[in-house]
Amino acid sequence: MAQQTISAAAARRTRPASVTARKVLASVVFYIVTIVIAVCMFLPFFWSLITSFKPSDEIFSVPISWLPSRITFEHYKAAFTTVPFGLYFYNSFVLAAAGVLCNLFFGSLSGYAFAKLDFKLNKPLFRVLLAAMMIPGIVTMIPSFYVLKHFPLIGGNDLMGDGGNGFLNSFWGIILPGASGSFAVFFMRQFFLTLPSDMMEMARIEGCPEFRIFWNIYLPLTKPALATLSIFTFQAGWNSFLWPMIILNDPDKATIQMGLQAFSYNYQTDYGPMMAGALIAILPILILFLLLQKYFVQGIAFTGTKG
Amino acid sequence: MSSMGKLNKHQARTAYLFITPTMLLFAAFTIIPVIMALYLSFTNYDVVSRMDFVKFDNYKRLLQDDLFWTTFKNVAFYSVIFIPLNILISLLLAMLLNFRRFGVKLFRTMNYLPTLTSAVAAATVWIWLLHPEFGLVNNLLSYVGITGPAWLAQTETAMFSIIMVTLWQSVGSNMVIYIAGLQGVPDYLYESAKLDGATAFDRFRYITWPQLRPTTFLVSTMSIIGALQLFDQAFVLTQGGPGNVTKTPVYLIYQQGFNQLQMGYASAQAFVLALAILIFSLINMRLSKSEEPIV
Repeated sequence: MAQQTISAAAARRTRPASVTARKVLASVVFYIVTIVIAVCMFLPFFWSLITSFKPSDEIFSVPISWLPSRITFEHYKAAFTTVPFGLYFYNSFVLAAAGVLCNLFFGSLSGYAFAKLDFKLNKPLFRVLLAAMMIPGIVTMIPSFYVLKHFPLIGGNDLMGDGGNGFLNSFWGIILPGASGSFAVFFMRQFFLTLPSDMMEMARIEGCPEFRIFWNIYLPLTKPALATLSIFTFQAGWNSFLWPMIILNDPDKATIQMGLQAFSYNYQTDYGPMMAGALIAILPILILFLLLQKYFVQGIAFTGTKG
Repeated sequence: MSSMGKLNKHQARTAYLFITPTMLLFAAFTIIPVIMALYLSFTNYDVVSRMDFVKFDNYKRLLQDDLFWTTFKNVAFYSVIFIPLNILISLLLAMLLNFRRFGVKLFRTMNYLPTLTSAVAAATVWIWLLHPEFGLVNNLLSYVGITGPAWLAQTETAMFSIIMVTLWQSVGSNMVIYIAGLQGVPDYLYESAKLDGATAFDRFRYITWPQLRPTTFLVSTMSIIGALQLFDQAFVLTQGGPGNVTKTPVYLIYQQGFNQLQMGYASAQAFVLALAILIFSLINMRLSKSEEPIV
């Protein structure tokens, strides 16, 4: 008994020193590990950036040179002059922005209806939309192409959808299938559910038309959700590759991802311009992220908790 | 009472008006395509000539198509390595960066940056990083005396290169999902476990892991759906080569449907792939339900 108290007292006396030592050691290990991981994750960005600024002869040197002897912009010039990168950039921007606008408008319009308005088919229709989110894209790829090609009265088609090319080779072929994504509807509905309904009733008593209740009262309250949704829609639109490649044949309508792929395929040894092109393709999303980081994290946390 | 009914009717009319654009687009680009997907797989649709019903011809041909099954084998190999690593690495990163320490937010941001890149841009950058002679990876390896392989040109390493690139691109967002999950685990569970003398591993095994089950289910489901439909990276990094070892089902469907215009046959392939995705998602659902309940 007595011995126990003594050893306990001894332990108490030595504890502070060993505990602080352990804490310091844990901190050191923590920072070493996290820094090594972060450097590994960041290294590809760093290396492509360095490569894009290096003079051509330094790109191919063994051993590798970590920093360029002088900074040159020739690769950026080359990327924009060998292929119309500016045009591709513009095309991608138009497509991504159109996708954002359509999804914000249609998504919040029907999200509001599903969350706030009473109608018989509310639950069944919403369930169908939700279930459709689970359908893998590969199932609808070829039939969607068929639907776009044989869309009645569009692009030289007759009423039966024959004779022309429909929406093929036009931006509509990319904008329309994604104009009101199920995710946008679901996301906006969840947000509208958190808003109180009494404002709606008050406005109705005052005789406010339904669309104005939505547009002037509720929509302005969803700005954070709209910001998050636009970021994700923009990123998806900007980064999409396979579908634009299927729909757009005209080189003048190519997106930046298609242009970059063609460039890296056709100019296989021009690593300088290739890295410059890749960085240009990443830049808009990177800027968006740095400006609106808060909304990015909120959006992913949302999918994590509600999904 | 009657005015109440009128109001409801008016509300319902507005609601249907509001959802009309969404439902029309949904019908045109989801409902009709899903129904057509099955029908097209029984036809010889090729865009140019007349479409005929060919019954099970496409499926019969598919059974004997070695290349098709090779692509399945490739993507299975990819998934078996990619999905567990994806879950493991993002969970470890999340647990590491869930500590409240100075600079943790910056580290999270650094790990998240790769997920912002498009598949094409990421693959383009990695083509250069994996260059056998002048690439960064092999030069770093040479510092420690290892002669790196020609990553993208050798059959043994081509698929591993794709796994590496896709992991680099995907662990960041899954890490954020896991961090959100970890922050939802109530603290009192850990505190009472500590009082009961549970070791760190016990706490992970009996508290963290079971509590994160919904999160793991979400991450694994998305990984399965994404992994089985691998295309962008395989298309840009290796063009399906060398010797078809990185050719994936979606790649083959794209070539069959849009380069060779055999859309009927490609539809049959797509249908089989969708079935595979469904089966593996269901197995995954079963697995995550069958684990023992929390506490």
